[in-house]
This record gives sequence, C-alpha cells and structure tokens, in this order.
Amino acid sequence: MSFDLNFIGILIGAIMASSVPLILAASGELITERSGVLNLGVEGMMIIGAISGFALMVITDNLFLAVIGSMISGLIISIIFGVLTQSLLTNHVATGLALTIFGIGMSAMIGKNFVGIPGKEFPLLFVNFKENIPFLGPILFGHSIILYFAFLLPFLTNYFLKKTKIGLIIRAVGDSPTSASNQGINVTLVRYSCILYGGAMCGLAGAYLSLIYTPQWIENMTGGRGWIALALVVFATWSPIKVLIGALIFGGITILQLHMQAVGLRIPVQLLSALPYIMTIIVLVVISRDSRKIKLNTPTSLGQIFYKEK
Amino acid sequence: MYKNFLRYVISVLFFLGVSGQANADFKVGFVYVGPTGDHGWTYQHDEGRKAVEAAGIKTTYVESVPEGADAERVIRQLAQSGHDLIFTTSFGYMDPTNKVAKDFPNVKFEHATGYKREHSNVSTYSARFYEGRTLLGHMAGKMTKTNVIGYIASFPIPEVIRGINAMTLAAQKVNPDIKTKIVWVFTWYDPGKESEAAQALIDQGADVIMQHTDSTAPVQVAEKAGVWSFGQASDMQRFAPKSILTSIIDDWAPYYVERSIAARDGTWKQQDTWHGLKEGMVAMAPYNSAMGTDLVKEVEQLQKDLASGKTHSFTGPIYDQKGNILVAEGSVADDGMLAGMNVYVKGVEGDIPQ
Repeated sequence: MSFDLNFIGILIGAIMASSVPLILAASGELITERSGVLNLGVEGMMIIGAISGFALMVITDNLFLAVIGSMISGLIISIIFGVLTQSLLTNHVATGLALTIFGIGMSAMIGKNFVGIPGKEFPLLFVNFKENIPFLGPILFGHSIILYFAFLLPFLTNYFLKKTKIGLIIRAVGDSPTSASNQGINVTLVRYSCILYGGAMCGLAGAYLSLIYTPQWIENMTGGRGWIALALVVFATWSPIKVLIGALIFGGITILQLHMQAVGLRIPVQLLSALPYIMTIIVLVVISRDSRKIKLNTPTSLGQIFYKEK
Repeated sequence: MYKNFLRYVISVLFFLGVSGQANADFKVGFVYVGPTGDHGWTYQHDEGRKAVEAAGIKTTYVESVPEGADAERVIRQLAQSGHDLIFTTSFGYMDPTNKVAKDFPNVKFEHATGYKREHSNVSTYSARFYEGRTLLGHMAGKMTKTNVIGYIASFPIPEVIRGINAMTLAAQKVNPDIKTKIVWVFTWYDPGKESEAAQALIDQGADVIMQHTDSTAPVQVAEKAGVWSFGQASDMQRFAPKSILTSIIDDWAPYYVERSIAARDGTWKQQDTWHGLKEGMVAMAPYNSAMGTDLVKEVEQLQKDLASGKTHSFTGPIYDQKGNILVAEGSVADDGMLAGMNVYVKGVEGDIPQ
C-alpha cells in the first residue's frame, strides 16, 4: 500500500463521494422524523429518484432537468405516504414499508426501457485544482455540485432546526403535536411539508447514484442505502452533524476495508465486511452518550398518529 | 337468492380454473437471484426463459429472490401453483430446491451451479465458466503492465474459487510475474459496492480488472480509469467500449428449451450437466482489437483448443499456496476436484474467507 500524501487525498475524496447519498437521504429523513413522522420508505423514494433522474437525462439530454425532476418525483411519491398517514391516519411503519416495496417495483417497471443505456458524463467542478494541488486537491476539488451541496446540507439543517422559527415549529410538532395544535399550529400541514421535503432529498440521493456515482440505470441500484440512511438518523440521535459524521465513517470504512483486502491483509474478510456497520454504530453511540441531549433531540411523538379532535 | 347464485358461479369458476391449471397446460417456472435488468447473470437466464416461451411453452418467473428462507417460500409457491418444471438459478437455492422437491415428487426441478441431487426429481446444471476464465487470464497476463490483476469476487464457493484459479494459472503461463489481488464483496449484485471494489483494486495498482459479480459497474469504473476489463455473463461491451477486452457469455437457451420439451413430453430424467465452450453454454464476446491481432489470434486458438479438449484449464503441475502439489504433472484435474475446489493455487494473494 502506498502511503504517499496524494494517495490518501484521493482516498478521502473517494470516501466523500461514496457518502453523499447517505447524507442527502438521512438529512431529508431527519427533518421528516423531527416532525414526528417515521417514513420507512426512504429506499423506495431513493430508487424512484434514481430512475426518474436517469430517464429524464436520457429523454431530455439535460442533466439540470434530470436532477430537478428526480427531486420532484421523490416529492410526488412521498405525497402518497403523506395522504395515507396524515389524512387517512394509517400506521406509519406499515405505510413506509409499503412505499419502499412500491418504489422498487415501480422503478423496475419504468426502468425496463432504460436498461443498458450508458450514462452521461456529469460535469465536475475545479478539476484543474484537483490535479495540481497535492493532497488537498483531490479532497476539496473535482467533485460534482451535488457533493458540495450534500456537505453543506447538515450544517444548514442544523441551523434551520435550531435557529429559525419554522425549525422551532417543526420540533414542537414532533415533540407534542397536541400542544402544538392547541397553540394554533396546523400540525398536518407541517408534517405534510416535512414529508415532502424528505421525499425530495431522497429523490436527489437516488439521482446522485444513477447520474453521478454509477451513471446508469440498473434495477435495485440503491442496494439498501436507504435503510442505512434510516439507521444513521436514529444512531445519530437526530442530530444533523452526527449524521454527517456517521455517513463519513460508514463510507470511509466501506472503502478502506476494500483496500485492506486488495493489499492482502490477513484479517478475516467477513469481519472486514461487517466493519462499516459495527464501527458506525460504535462511534455514533459513543459520541451521542449525553442523555440530556438525546432527550432534547428525540422527537417524542415519532411514529404516532395524530388527529385533531373537532 | 341473487347472492347465493353469485357464490355458486364463483366457486364453479374457481374449480374450473384450478383443475384447468393442473391438467391442461404445461408450465415452467424460473427463480432469479437478481433483477432481469441486471445485464449480467439473471439477464442471461431470462434470455433462456424467453427462448422456452418462443418454443411454445408457458413460463413464469420471480426475480430478485434472496438466497435463504425467502427462496424456499417462492419455490414452494411455484410448485403449488401448478408449475411442472422449475429452474432455480443461483447457488444459494441448492438446499431450498431439494427441500421443496421432496414434497412435490411430480414436479421436476433444475438447480443451477449446485451439486446436491437428493431426490430423483432434481437435476443440476452448470457451465464451465472456468474455460472462459482461462482465456481471460491469458489476455490479462499479456496486457498488464503493472503485473497486478484485480479480481472482484462475490462469495467463497467452489464456482468462484475455480474461476480465480483458472485465470491465475493461465496468466502465470504467459507472465510468471503476475499477482492476483482479490476483493470479496459478499454480494452478487450491488453496483455501488462493486464499483468501489473496482476503484480500490485500481488504486492498489491493478491495470486489468475482472469480476465475478453481476452488474456493469466495474467495467464502467475501468473505462473511466483507463484500465482493461472483462464483461461478465453477458456482452457488456457497450458500457465500456474501450476498456472491455471481451466478455464471458452464458448461453442457457438451448439447455432450457431442451429440458422443458423433455419434461413436457415425459422424457425428462435426472442428470448432472456441465457444459462449456464445446457445447456453447459458455461463449466469448468479440475480442477487442486494441489488444493487437497477434494476441487475438492466440486467444482464438486457445479457445479452439479448450473447446476441442486439446488443452485443459487445469493441467498439472498445479501447486497450492503452500507449494503442495494439487495436480500432478501430465494429468488434469477431474470434475470431482473442480466441483469441490476450495483452495487457491500458488500466486493468488490472501486467504479464502472461511
């Protein structure tokens, strides 16, 4: 294994690229969950975003439209979840699971005509800097715009939840919908908005996979990343910054263990394969031990059905 | 009155439907481990199914069935719903297939790449993919500049280890300095993970990449990085036109048609089939001219020799990693040894995950 600085820089760049879908999906789901809604349909919304983005890219030949379209499709499919859980008061868990199954099936059906079409090159920014600056170049430059957005998002989310009025309202709804409702807040409207936002972010996460990371459409291409994003939100105790840390650790160890195998280190491969999951959980549990903060961040009404008594 | 009448009609229709299913039409079921759109392993099995359909036999399929408890449920469901012949197309379906076969003695089962035939209604079939791997090894050994060949492996089963060994032996023959680096991804199909594995191997110095996984992601990574690669299961050339030297193609169609017709006509018998280049179950996609006409000719000759039996992928002397002899000089590995292969040959780095 070569240990020169530039190589480590390239490695870190690769790790960042691999954690983008997790960051996007988890940040979206985090807002949804903070409003008290548990949407297990992350995987389904991601895969719908992936196929919509790819299909639009093929049809319109325009990457900008493809990215926007993937967010809109994620949003549209999350409306189904919203109507069922918020207006028809169905169980969150069951509805979310159904949404995932629906999304996977639906995407496969739409995708039938898009199998086997090679993707398009997605423009990367500051490629010159990447090659000319050792170490820092491959870390900071030569990425897609979505990656930069993904790395800003947890900080924006953190600010939004803690410092803005709307953020406060969302947290209030998540903690006690009844009290919020008595204060005159339209709980259903707030929750709808958060569900839609989560859907859009999951759609974007899917598009990142089908347009940038592995630019093509293949069935089931999200490969369980939606479930990992869901787990990240819980283990990060609903803190956006910890979601970012968790996603980086998960992506980092996934890639490092592949390198360790290629080098031929004599560590059981099964252990190496399990390492990303184990380490992410350990680290997140250790950094979120503060029980006061956990209480503060946990949306108390998560997954509970709310309806306003007339 | 009206309600009762409706009930009678429905129950009569229902029984007509059931009995019609059992007697009149012959049906073949397929169980797939991946989606039919994977453009690799499952895609090729589905091409085989389409050929059966074209021969005038009704087929159904269930895709993306995980290897495990789900598999048994799906196979049982197919057997219960009137399928007369069921193809289970992944190694991990071996035990579930035999379990269900016991309960449905009148249904015929065909399991791909396995070795268990516990009941008289279970056949097994596989292709000698390792013959294709020998050709890949020859090309890889000649094309590599760094002398490092990267191999993305799925699960540590004989099938996969055989491929790694066949490739390494052939590559060593033309280039004694080569090293095979292996990354195990423990999945047949995860484009993201497969591409990360390919990238890791390239970063570790591999300039030829091959895969025993099913998606087209690794060849695309190779194309981007400017290294050589090989397609898996179907012709993946259009995903990496510059990088792909050839693809190993699985052609199940003739076998599926033959066995389906045999089962329909009552001539189906239990058997263990292992076909290769000779019978056409393993085929090679057109060779990339970028490797030079001399090498193309060499490989074409080797392909002919493998098909005719003049050359064998596992010709002695073959040593394991510790230097113990596996196959003596002058002899070739027999099918029993190939089927149960669970050690690396000399020159492969690392250990087999246990």
